Amino acid sequence: MTFPDDQPLVLDSGQTLAPLTLAFETYGSLNADKSNAIVICHALTLDQHVASNNPLTGKPGWWNSMVGPGNIIDTDRFFVICVNVVGGCGGSTGPASINPATGKPWGTDFPVITIHDMVRAQVMLIDHLGIDQLFAVIGGSMGGMQVLAWAVDYPTRVHAAIPIATSYYHSAQNIAFHEVGRQAVMADPDWRGGDYYDAGLDGGPRKGLAVARMAAHITYLSEAALTRKFGRSLQDREKVTYGFDADFQVESYLRHQGITFVDRFDANAYLYITRAMDYFDLAADHNGHLASAFEGVQTRFCVISFTSDWLYSTAEARTIVKALNAAGGNVSFVEIESDKGHDAFLLDEPEMIATLNGFLDARARDCGLPTSAATPNIGVDG
Amino acid sequence: MSPSTDRNDRIRVDLELIAQMIPDGARVLDVGCGDGALLSHLADEKHADARGIEISQAGVNACVRKGLSVVQGDADTDLVDYPSDGFDIVVLSQTLQATHRPATVLAEMLRIGKHAIVSFPNFGHWLVRWKLLTNGRMPETGKLVHSWHSTPNIHLCTLRDFEILATSLGFQVDEAIGVMGDGKAKPITPGSALANLRAEQAIYKLTKV
Repeated sequence: MTFPDDQPLVLDSGQTLAPLTLAFETYGSLNADKSNAIVICHALTLDQHVASNNPLTGKPGWWNSMVGPGNIIDTDRFFVICVNVVGGCGGSTGPASINPATGKPWGTDFPVITIHDMVRAQVMLIDHLGIDQLFAVIGGSMGGMQVLAWAVDYPTRVHAAIPIATSYYHSAQNIAFHEVGRQAVMADPDWRGGDYYDAGLDGGPRKGLAVARMAAHITYLSEAALTRKFGRSLQDREKVTYGFDADFQVESYLRHQGITFVDRFDANAYLYITRAMDYFDLAADHNGHLASAFEGVQTRFCVISFTSDWLYSTAEARTIVKALNAAGGNVSFVEIESDKGHDAFLLDEPEMIATLNGFLDARARDCGLPTSAATPNIGVDG
Repeated sequence: MSPSTDRNDRIRVDLELIAQMIPDGARVLDVGCGDGALLSHLADEKHADARGIEISQAGVNACVRKGLSVVQGDADTDLVDYPSDGFDIVVLSQTLQATHRPATVLAEMLRIGKHAIVSFPNFGHWLVRWKLLTNGRMPETGKLVHSWHSTPNIHLCTLRDFEILATSLGFQVDEAIGVMGDGKAKPITPGSALANLRAEQAIYKLTKV
């Protein structure tokens, strides 16, 4: 949907964005008292197609196994909303959108956005739908940052918050990896200062963006997962070729990740969204005290981390939990044993599914909503 | 170092006795909550705002699956993160003897909560004394199942020891119950030498003086 010009998105930078277009998907139906809505926040390179085929790639939704009728996030009971982040390239206003002042794509004239801006845009949509309080906000990685921002910025509007595999701030190492990615994009001559949209679908900084994706993808996997998957295995050959072909399977895999990524993602959007993540620091927003961010919070939290996630580690999740405890908040915290690295949150980790199910059922009971007992086909023991 | 291995049927008695000391609707923190048996009971039967800390990840996950508010943490190190007077009651069941610094843990419990409820095995029980006397070896009883070199119970104490520590920290005993060898619960008068012989385990409710 597109909001009228007199309803601009007010950004943290002080700038405003109008008209604001938000691309979103909904699943299930809103109940009469509008109390069963769940917002799912997507990660950096994902989109609003959480449980429906992505029209661009034809692939099933990125959390198809979690969201749907009879699934853990049961669309027979909940009204699920997933919004493409502002600044992205899935249909919401972003750097590839037309700048009304020039009639041409924004490119790098697009204002810098923040995680809080992404959430503020989602609030506009929730307001438009007439929803006062969300039953839950759920998200992994950058989606988890949005979950935290939701609870901190709009504490009365979120009953339950589930930040998964995420952090309350971007560390120097997080920023460093993102900067490598951005520099790879900007070093590609086809980036042309961000003004590449007239070059067609095959134009733009495809090589740079692919390299950015390759570097980032390493951070989503654990060393153990890479070793298990590839080790030093060679790609379709008996021995090394003494050249720079993709001799190793891991090289071939990463190249494939890079090449397929550029077909579905806008390079400038990648710059803007990684910047938004780098700027995220909930503690700094509250004089360096993370606990102050959660002062008086009524939202019930379920924080989930994975043992082998070195991008947003358990230590960072634990800092969030400690701050919530210090603020007298109500928090559950589970660290899930997995060697699959950061991307474990996208996979069917049985322990994560059981945790989500237990937590959502308990919160549904709080709110007088139906629980999963009414959905006997959920494959969860206990 | 989870004390859950010591949790057999006998402990059910201790959890029930603890629950009886907790008023309806209380804000309760269970330190070392295991698989959440007490928390579930308190939430369901006492309408308590019940939360927990548990050191073993398996225990935490089991609790959260049940919908309980539990975080992974260590009684010795993580109580400092909780604000003062945030709870009505802080519970430590069968965990005190496994902590590194029992005095600090007790003091933290009564900083965080108005009351503390602590249950522990009594090392002054007659059978323990008898076994040490007759065998000349560290006693292993129904309650104390580990050999001396592998036990998580590094700070065992008697009722008398506990009472003296509580007093020295400036806490008063509101209520004390002993569980005798036959499984029966009896009120304990602090300072009673007989109770210190007969109680296999004990539950104390403490308050700041």
